[in-house]
Amino acid sequence: MSQQGYVATPPYSQAQPGMGGYPTGFGAPPPQSHYGHYGAPAQPFAPQAAGMLKTAASGPSGMPPSPVSVQHGSSIQQNGAHPQKYPPLPADSAPAMSPYGQPPQRPYHSMPQATPPTQQITNQMSAMNIGGYAPNPIQSPQSPTSSAAPQPFQMSPPTPMGHAALSPQGPQLPPLSACPPMAASPPVGVPPMVMPNCQPGSPLMGGGGFQPQAGPQGFPQQPGSYGGQVPGSQMAGPPAGAFPGAFPGGAAQMAGPPQKKLDPDSIPSTTQVIEDDQVKRGGQLYTTNLRGQVPPFVTTSFSVQDQGNASPRFMRCTTYSFPCTSDLAKQCQVPLATIIKPLASVPKNETPLYIVNHGEAGPIRCNRCKAYMCPFMLFIDGGRRYQCGFCNCVNEVPVQYFQHLDHMGRRLDMYERPELSLGSYEFTATLDYCKNNKPPNPPAYIFMIDVSYNNIKSGLVKLICDELKTLLDQLPKEEGAEGSAIKVGFVTYNKILHFYNVKSALAQPQMMVVSDVAEMFVPLLDGFLVNFEESRAVINNLLEQIPDMFSDTNESETVFAPVIQAGVEALKAAECSGKLFIFHSSLPMAEAPGKLKNRDDRKLVNTEKEKTLFQAQRGIYEQLTKECVNQGCCVDLFLFPNQYVDLATMADVPAHTGGSVYKYSNFQVQVDGQHFLSDLRQDVKKSIGFDAMMRVRTSTGFRATDFYGAIYMNNTTDVEMAAVDCEKAVTVEFKHDDTLSEDVGALIQCALLYTSISGQRRLRVHNLSLACSSQLSDLYKSCETDALINFFAKSAYHAMLAQPVKVVREILVKQTAHMLACYRKNCASPSAASQLILPDAMKVFPVYMNSLLKTPALVGSAELSTDDRAFHRLSVMAMGVEESQVLFYPRLIPVHSMDVASEAVPSAVRCSEERLSDTGAFLLENGQCIFLWLGQACPPDIIQNFFNVPSLAHLGTDMSSLPELDNGHSKKLHSIICAISQQRSSSTKMVIVKQKDRSEMLFRQHLVEDKGLYGGASYMDFLCYVHREIRQLLT
Amino acid sequence: MTTYQEFIQQNEDRDGVRCSWNLWPSSRLEATRLVVPVSCLFTPLKERPDLPPVHYEPVLCSRANCKAVLNPLCQVDFRAKIWACNFCFQRNPFPPSYAGISEVNQPAELMPQFSTIEYIVQRGPPTPLIFLYVVDTCLEEEDLQALRESLQMSLSLLPPNALVGLITFGRMIQVHELSCEGIAKSYVFRGTKELTPKQIQWDNVKRFVACLQEMLGLMKPGVSGPHGQPLAPHDAAASCRFLQPVQKVDMNLTDLLGELQRDPWPVPQGKRPLRSTGIALSIAVGLLEGTFPNTGARVMLFTGGPPTQGPGMVVGDELKTPIRSWHDIQKDNARHLKKATKYYEALANRAAVNGHSIDIYACALDQTGLLEMKCLSNLTGGHIVMGDSFNTSLFKQTFQRVFSKDYNGEFRMAFGGILEIKTSRELKVSGAIGPCVSLNSKGSCVSENELGVGGTCQWKICSLSPSTTLALYFEVVNQHNAPIPQGGRGAIQFVTQYQHSNMQKRIRVTTIARNWADAQSQIQHIEASFDQEAAAVLMARLGVFRAESEEGPDVLRWLDRQLIRLCQKFGQFNKDDPSSFRLSESLSLYPQFMFHLRRSPFLQVFNNSPDESSYYRHHFVCQDLTQSLIMIQPILYSYSFYGPPEPVLLDSSSILPDRILLMDTFFQLVIYHGETISQWRKARYQDMAEYENFKQLLQAPLDDAQEILQTRFPMPRYIDTEHGGSQARFLLSKVNPSQTHNNLYAWGQESGAPILTDDVSLQVFMDHLKKLAVSSSA
Repeated sequence: MSQQGYVATPPYSQAQPGMGGYPTGFGAPPPQSHYGHYGAPAQPFAPQAAGMLKTAASGPSGMPPSPVSVQHGSSIQQNGAHPQKYPPLPADSAPAMSPYGQPPQRPYHSMPQATPPTQQITNQMSAMNIGGYAPNPIQSPQSPTSSAAPQPFQMSPPTPMGHAALSPQGPQLPPLSACPPMAASPPVGVPPMVMPNCQPGSPLMGGGGFQPQAGPQGFPQQPGSYGGQVPGSQMAGPPAGAFPGAFPGGAAQMAGPPQKKLDPDSIPSTTQVIEDDQVKRGGQLYTTNLRGQVPPFVTTSFSVQDQGNASPRFMRCTTYSFPCTSDLAKQCQVPLATIIKPLASVPKNETPLYIVNHGEAGPIRCNRCKAYMCPFMLFIDGGRRYQCGFCNCVNEVPVQYFQHLDHMGRRLDMYERPELSLGSYEFTATLDYCKNNKPPNPPAYIFMIDVSYNNIKSGLVKLICDELKTLLDQLPKEEGAEGSAIKVGFVTYNKILHFYNVKSALAQPQMMVVSDVAEMFVPLLDGFLVNFEESRAVINNLLEQIPDMFSDTNESETVFAPVIQAGVEALKAAECSGKLFIFHSSLPMAEAPGKLKNRDDRKLVNTEKEKTLFQAQRGIYEQLTKECVNQGCCVDLFLFPNQYVDLATMADVPAHTGGSVYKYSNFQVQVDGQHFLSDLRQDVKKSIGFDAMMRVRTSTGFRATDFYGAIYMNNTTDVEMAAVDCEKAVTVEFKHDDTLSEDVGALIQCALLYTSISGQRRLRVHNLSLACSSQLSDLYKSCETDALINFFAKSAYHAMLAQPVKVVREILVKQTAHMLACYRKNCASPSAASQLILPDAMKVFPVYMNSLLKTPALVGSAELSTDDRAFHRLSVMAMGVEESQVLFYPRLIPVHSMDVASEAVPSAVRCSEERLSDTGAFLLENGQCIFLWLGQACPPDIIQNFFNVPSLAHLGTDMSSLPELDNGHSKKLHSIICAISQQRSSSTKMVIVKQKDRSEMLFRQHLVEDKGLYGGASYMDFLCYVHREIRQLLT
Repeated sequence: MTTYQEFIQQNEDRDGVRCSWNLWPSSRLEATRLVVPVSCLFTPLKERPDLPPVHYEPVLCSRANCKAVLNPLCQVDFRAKIWACNFCFQRNPFPPSYAGISEVNQPAELMPQFSTIEYIVQRGPPTPLIFLYVVDTCLEEEDLQALRESLQMSLSLLPPNALVGLITFGRMIQVHELSCEGIAKSYVFRGTKELTPKQIQWDNVKRFVACLQEMLGLMKPGVSGPHGQPLAPHDAAASCRFLQPVQKVDMNLTDLLGELQRDPWPVPQGKRPLRSTGIALSIAVGLLEGTFPNTGARVMLFTGGPPTQGPGMVVGDELKTPIRSWHDIQKDNARHLKKATKYYEALANRAAVNGHSIDIYACALDQTGLLEMKCLSNLTGGHIVMGDSFNTSLFKQTFQRVFSKDYNGEFRMAFGGILEIKTSRELKVSGAIGPCVSLNSKGSCVSENELGVGGTCQWKICSLSPSTTLALYFEVVNQHNAPIPQGGRGAIQFVTQYQHSNMQKRIRVTTIARNWADAQSQIQHIEASFDQEAAAVLMARLGVFRAESEEGPDVLRWLDRQLIRLCQKFGQFNKDDPSSFRLSESLSLYPQFMFHLRRSPFLQVFNNSPDESSYYRHHFVCQDLTQSLIMIQPILYSYSFYGPPEPVLLDSSSILPDRILLMDTFFQLVIYHGETISQWRKARYQDMAEYENFKQLLQAPLDDAQEILQTRFPMPRYIDTEHGGSQARFLLSKVNPSQTHNNLYAWGQESGAPILTDDVSLQVFMDHLKKLAVSSSA
């Protein structure tokens, strides 16, 4: 929503002060109207009815002729008309943003300034223009809204100030930021193309265009990642021919003269976009009172105030404005999806979820669709009845729940009841929601340690046992509870299983050996699962003895399925849910159910059968999954393989039971020990819910169709999760059933029934209201790239089980092109076909997409181990947006030049080799690893400061940790690393990489803007390719 | 000339042999006409305190298919140092060690008083005894506690070097590792693991054993043969962590037993606990089979209920389905009976092959599946003890008595017995009935007609006690037209090899001889040589043996016909004149034995559960003659002021108001106070000084009962009851119902008590017998 909206319809703005959420929810959505003109050129004037102001601003853009003048006009007018709309921007933000210009300033300075650079580029490339972000207007109105929304009224005063401040700054901007590099290239004016971008809000287009030739050149060199049928010649040929200005293809891409080379800075930069958002919205309070407002990026630090919609920490959508009809949805091909992290942890400064207890009657639910009581229920008839926001059914209000309505038609107790005023809250569930109508028992954690030769020899068993002695004191507990209610149990195994009786009454633990692995069972009931507090002595005794007991083992065969089976049976016998921590070393080849064989055939890579490498072996594991889910048994797998272990199959159960898989190849205690331990600690400590069932309900007109995550689906609607922890996210895709109304919007309610760690049955409800629009431009405007890429990654990784990987890649590229083409066709102002125009909200989408295509799972290289690929695939399936964002675009932080005095983490640079320097040191983090890259010519003082050794040569090759030294640089580095790991939900492995070292390969894989090591295009090449595709689509 | 009575007694004391006939008819035809076969009861390890074993090897006949042992019946040429085998007439030189032999310097085995002699021989390394406890944990806490104590106590009774093992079971089976330091380890098996349907096939059994051994980690990788050949004993001993010397693990095991918990799995309402007896036993058998084949070992099963799951299951776990009764079995309604029986039989045979015996201590109020499991003990010489609870003196003392010691301070148990029989040419052996299995050793002395377990001249008796008695049946094969010279004697040699409880290998050789007699000319002599007690027991064993496989009435009919035929043969009567019927003294008691046998629980299932029948039959076929006779016809003593205690007729007429009766049925010891006595006792006259004599009278039967209780194994059920008491039924069901509500003339008479029964009395039985015996048409 933009401020225009408020201006145009005062009543709503009045409603706001009261409480944000309410009016918006039900109010008619006027804002859409003024976006309309961008989205739908065909009816450019229809929305203008709303008011003069809007017409002025928007109308012109839809009209083909004389763009320049009109735009100028409009922008001026807009500015003039709504000066106060643009929130004040921090002064320092301006330079940073300039390439993609932030909405506010643009009108003033972008026009004159931005234009020339763009022109230059266009000329330089002379074929294609990227970065024309047509819908600038979109951004401009929108961004103010989001930032302003929380305090609409406080805004006006500062605005003028902001303006004042900005204006002078404006002129300086271009030189400071993106412009300088561009300036170098010879200016070739192509005003018409540029102009559209410069529309009032258009600042973003700064990204600039570049020549297509650059692309083609690079392309042939890519090892066919886009499929064979995209021959280099085609790329190089037609475009070159089509655009006379193309430079000769012969020139080497990198070596080419600067003038001919496309400046990498000219293409949209993710780090820039992230930083811009951080600047614009960082540190703010994001109030969820408005329907369809786009939250800040996941990379931005902000706090949330729940005012009727779920926090974006719980639910984040690919777009916050759904198209009204399925035709529109089909047309744009932008996936409509939400990524739900139902148990996401809430920062300390935000209110934890309220727990509502409706007593024996249980939560109040709509009679027809069973949706839970929420802010979307409309109370009518004096409060005696309510209309369900989801299915429109009118229900009686139960007597005990009755409350009178105020003059606004709201219940008097609205603010006393979380379920009437908040987006997220919990109900305590009644017995009806429990298995067998019996209250659940507290869950249990079972530690199952492979004690075969490998694990004993590597010292892992001892490591685990030692760690557990202290770790078990930190089992998660309910807020305020004295101790953890979780019970613990222990199993060791090689090709037979050993259970331990650790009942507190015993003086010594007792071992019970089960060698009948063909039909696994649990040999004891009492004493297997115990309270750690009570049995501490016996358990410590046991943990002390386990490494010794097997110290002389030479058993190297292991079983696996029976181990899981044993865990499930134990939980079944104890009638509780729980989690298995399995520490496993090798391919389970012992004669037992679930025996696996080596089926790692890399000849299959890039063939029709490649998908079989990722498919789990059927049979027992499928059955086990079902049993686990039924029992609420989550499986976490810690793998320590020295060779192929058929991860696709072994991780099948964890992947469907809300479990996690950790993999430490060629595990060595000294190198990987700490990383493993911190993973284990986090995994044990993290908050989690068990035996969960999630249901996503939607208002009429659309419904949830596809679900991706570490989940199990028995039917099409119920998402079953043996467990769901604070990191697990489920990506849900929606499809239209019918048309959606702009008035009502799209409502989503996600209800999660689960057993808490203390064994209470709870219902967590998240509600989210989205806008609906018949204008595609609205949709593009409220897109969320991070969420989009999360969706694409999951759906692609899901699809690759059924289709050849090559096909999946093609589909991804096609859809990318299609989404962008549709935008170009329907929303962007007309421009030369050679210009690549990206929607503002999606301008870095291609780099993410390209990164996704280059991930081990999708890249299709026989050089990568099959297990690694499968592992990557699986680890993404349950990821939330935050994790996937950084995975697909790692942060590269220069640490050689950091300001020791400042607290802040140095700003990241683009993830490309070009940004590295021989004399530098860089941190790269992708949520799983932190690399410390040291340039060859890294000054000795830096090395000295970091490592306390005189030079790079003195550094060992396999360092896994940084010494903590008493100097500013070291402290600063540690504080950065610490800050990074705190942001990440899982622990990160520290890797120190020296330039030109063998290990640099690993590091380079993560430089996602570069050409992939195992194939895959560089960012620029990819853009060129996509652009070509778009043009093909458009013609 | 001694009487036959004395002769019989003397022979029994010396050789432990009681023959049905002490003169043998000299031809096959005549032998068959005697009705009661030539047969004997043989107690291989009859206690002979006066017989010191000799420390050398027996001298064997050199003929390959004879190998009879030198014995007093052999003819010896002292000068030539040659002896002639009395079975095959082979002439054998004495071994060098006998060089000094002469008529005045004879080795013991040649002296007539050493017709039974015991040799101690050196055969392989001595192996310790093995006791493997298989303990049911589905017990009430009270029972379990009592059992725990009994087991802990038993550890102190075992020889210190004996190996001991522990398997506990309930829903699952735990095999406890005893040696480990620190953590107590056990291997757990589920009780439902079904073997393949063809489980009886030997190959599969072997495979299962191999599998089991692998699961227990007994097999060294790479050592196992294709079918998992058992390891050599010493290897096994080293690798077997489950059987350890008592002295080494005494403390450990005591603790382990002390910590033994009830089966923790919840038993839902209306269900029986799941008890995996079948698999537990198969693991026990497999464990021993794999580690100590052909070594003396006892598997001791302590169970408190029927097997309810897995192979060998006797009844389902639904309480609403009661365990099978005789009625169900007759109606073919016992679902699990056949399968379970077959399963346990296979198991018993495996144990028997390896010389391991299986004891069953079943203590429960309801049946525990003894019917199905009985073969485990029957075939391996194990004990069966049946009680109501482990917390009864019946169990506790019986169990203690298993470890009782003899006059030498050695256990009254021997293991791995092999009984071989050699006969003179005129005789062949038809079979044996007792706690033994056939070794399928065909020899020249094996008859084609089987009686009992036949077709062999060697039997394995896995566990022997001094009272273990086998019934052996012979066939006279001499043809009628080949008369035996006057004074010829038939001879039988019993060679029993066994492992003594002190780990020595011993061979006991008993050689007996009886004169041949021509039945036509010497029928009176033969009649006079009839040992009716032995004959009754021998016939009873045949009957019981038949009853295992045939319908009850058929067996009774067969017994009746035999009795009638015997009476026809030896009775003196005028045709068709029952009143003229007379039997000679040597047969006079025989019909009465048969009468009581017909009424005994060995042949009558009425009023007994299948388990009880199995229990009774088990003991009947392994006890010696005296005990067997008590079982057939219980002994009744009467105590009164009219004289010293005296045995009285087992008849209702003996039940008088002023008497105290003591009845010993072997299984029960009933003290019955007559009506008057009981009234006096209630009036507490015995507490008054002036009625000291009454107190003494009351005490007398108690003392006698105590004496019996001291020696009897298993402990009998001790019942103290009185006239009109509910427990008096034990007495009333045993006595001959000479007075019933039917024979009215007895009413009002002072003598005896009428029994409310439709059973025929001895009088009626005898009347019928006479009638049939004298009938010309029969």
